[in-house]
Amino acid sequence: MSIISTVKLNKIYAEDTFPVHATNDISVNFEQGEFSAIVGPSGCGKTTLLNLLGGLETPTSGEVIIDSKIITNLKSNELTDFRLRNIGFVFQAYNLIPVLTARENVEFIMHLQNYNKDERNARVEELLTAVGLKDKFNKRPGELSGGEQQRVAVARALASKPKFILADEPTANLDSKSTYALLDIMETLNEKENMTFIFSTHDSRVMERARRLVSLDDGKIVNDETK
Amino acid sequence: MKELLKIAWRNLWRSKRRTILTMTSIILAACMAMFTRSMQKGSYGNMISNAVKLSTGYFQVQADGYWENKSVDKTFINTPTLLNQITKNKNVEVVVPRLESFALASSGKHTKGTLIIATDPEIENKLNKISDKLIDGDYLTKDDNQVLVAEKLAEYLQVNVGDTLVLLGQGYHGVTAAAKYRVKGIIKFPIPQLNNQLIYMPLKAGQEFYSAYERVTTYSVMISNPEELNETVAGIKSELSDEYIVMDWTELNKEMVQAIQSDDVGGQIMLGILYMVIGFGMFGTIMMMTMERRKEFAIMIAIGMQKSKLFLVVLYETIMIGIVALIISLIITYPVLLYYFYNPIPLEGEFAEAMEMFGAEPIMPFSLDADIFINQTLAVIVIAFIASLYPLTKILRFKVLQAMRS
Ligand SMILES: Nc1ncnc2c1ncn2[C@@H]1O[C@H](COP(=O)(O)OP(=O)(O)OP(=O)(O)O)[C@@H](O)[C@H]1O
Ligand SMILES: [Mg+2]
Repeated sequence: MSIISTVKLNKIYAEDTFPVHATNDISVNFEQGEFSAIVGPSGCGKTTLLNLLGGLETPTSGEVIIDSKIITNLKSNELTDFRLRNIGFVFQAYNLIPVLTARENVEFIMHLQNYNKDERNARVEELLTAVGLKDKFNKRPGELSGGEQQRVAVARALASKPKFILADEPTANLDSKSTYALLDIMETLNEKENMTFIFSTHDSRVMERARRLVSLDDGKIVNDETK
Repeated sequence: MKELLKIAWRNLWRSKRRTILTMTSIILAACMAMFTRSMQKGSYGNMISNAVKLSTGYFQVQADGYWENKSVDKTFINTPTLLNQITKNKNVEVVVPRLESFALASSGKHTKGTLIIATDPEIENKLNKISDKLIDGDYLTKDDNQVLVAEKLAEYLQVNVGDTLVLLGQGYHGVTAAAKYRVKGIIKFPIPQLNNQLIYMPLKAGQEFYSAYERVTTYSVMISNPEELNETVAGIKSELSDEYIVMDWTELNKEMVQAIQSDDVGGQIMLGILYMVIGFGMFGTIMMMTMERRKEFAIMIAIGMQKSKLFLVVLYETIMIGIVALIISLIITYPVLLYYFYNPIPLEGEFAEAMEMFGAEPIMPFSLDADIFINQTLAVIVIAFIASLYPLTKILRFKVLQAMRS
């Protein structure tokens, strides 16, 4: 059974003025352990689709089903809680809480889930080491490079033990070296821990690594290929 | 939650200059509020204790009808049974039986209206320390047939210790009261009203003068715990028959109480303005802090933080600004108030006269009443809550994606 599936998902912005059909009848499934990218030209609806999958956006019609739960009917604070427990997010930028150190940023989400101190410590060490930031535990985001910040964000996304990770253009602000470093880390996590990653991107470096490309145009899936 | 407190605290110092500026304005306002309140409460307290200790007592027992025209005809008989009915109340410390009335005093060519207080010299002294106020001569004893004259009155009448003066008045049931008395001592009162017209004599001499044998006009009562005044008064009232009236110091000093109340309104308005300064300072800062961090809030909610927790962070930030500012204000203000509490500022000029009119010493005493500090603390916390209402509404209507896109 799919970990995520959507049924005729429509999102229409500004319905009564200049309606924009950001996603148009999208029905798509993602399986456990995928390493997939949603691709397409600017404005084709990548971010919109990702936000719908993550419960950050409510669809105009259609359903998002995660782990056989229809999340589209959840109330706002139930949805927040659902996101906390099931979905890891990596955004394009400004991912981290600026007043918290790398370690505290990762810990924060575990605080929200009421993990105890020992669990938190162990997992933070494990994750920050996994993303290659062993010596930057106590640095605040302002003291980290963009690539390092994104790696902390990946560590944080994993900290809550989510079912999958959604990443909207995670490499858009990164140079090549940082991009490859980040991709390596995510690939390793995907292979070793069978963690599901779904990206939106128009970065060719990401597309090369992705094992499945879902291409959108004008809110519709125009191609869906697994390598 | 500790984590949220930590975030709030660190957020405060992200924009150090702004936070310090906001705190400074709160500190100024809070210091001013505490200072003026301490001054006001101090002078009210001073006025009240002067009035209570030097003249009226915490409450008085009078014959029904005396208060209206202070006639010696409205007196009651001072019996041990009656006295006992009052002294047996646990809170009652001293009962001073007094016979108070008016008389003309003259000596040579000079004549002046005076206030006569005939009292038990021993008990009265316990209460008022009148012997300390003697500037010449000696204090009275119970059986003396002599008088003490207030300083300015003695000056006017041109009498000294050892001289005689003549008192003339209306006694019990219209009997003419007239007698000669030797001046045994001169007393100086800080309060001009008293210093200009007061004559003390022993109770027995006064009763003879007014032909009001065994009679007194009032019992002035001092109590040990002023907090329980109302209960004590109620207890005494129920004990006595309705020939007697029991009045507490607020009724006995109506004018003064009113003056205090109307002055206090001014003080409250001033406080209101200071609180507004505090409120706007907090509001402005917290509003900017909320606006600046829209993206951050969006991320926090997106990854699964409930809006209620986010609001708590903002609320903590506001309260922290207030509390830190308040603690600094206390550290600044308290030693100053403590100093002035023990060394009140002496007053001069019109203001001093105004205070004297209400029977208070012309000094500016300060109060260290805990209420002053507790009230400021509560006020700051309440203001912090009110100032956070705006960010609360912002957070409740917060649109994550909109904030991320902006
Ligand atoms: N809040 C909104 N109100 C109105 N229109 C919107 C809104 N959000 C997105 N759109 C429109 O919906 C369409 C899809 O937008 P979306 O952001 O999903 O595209 P995208 O594929 O992520 O583009 P990009 O590659 O530039 O990030 C666009 O035409 C966009 O202008
Ligand atoms: Mg996008």
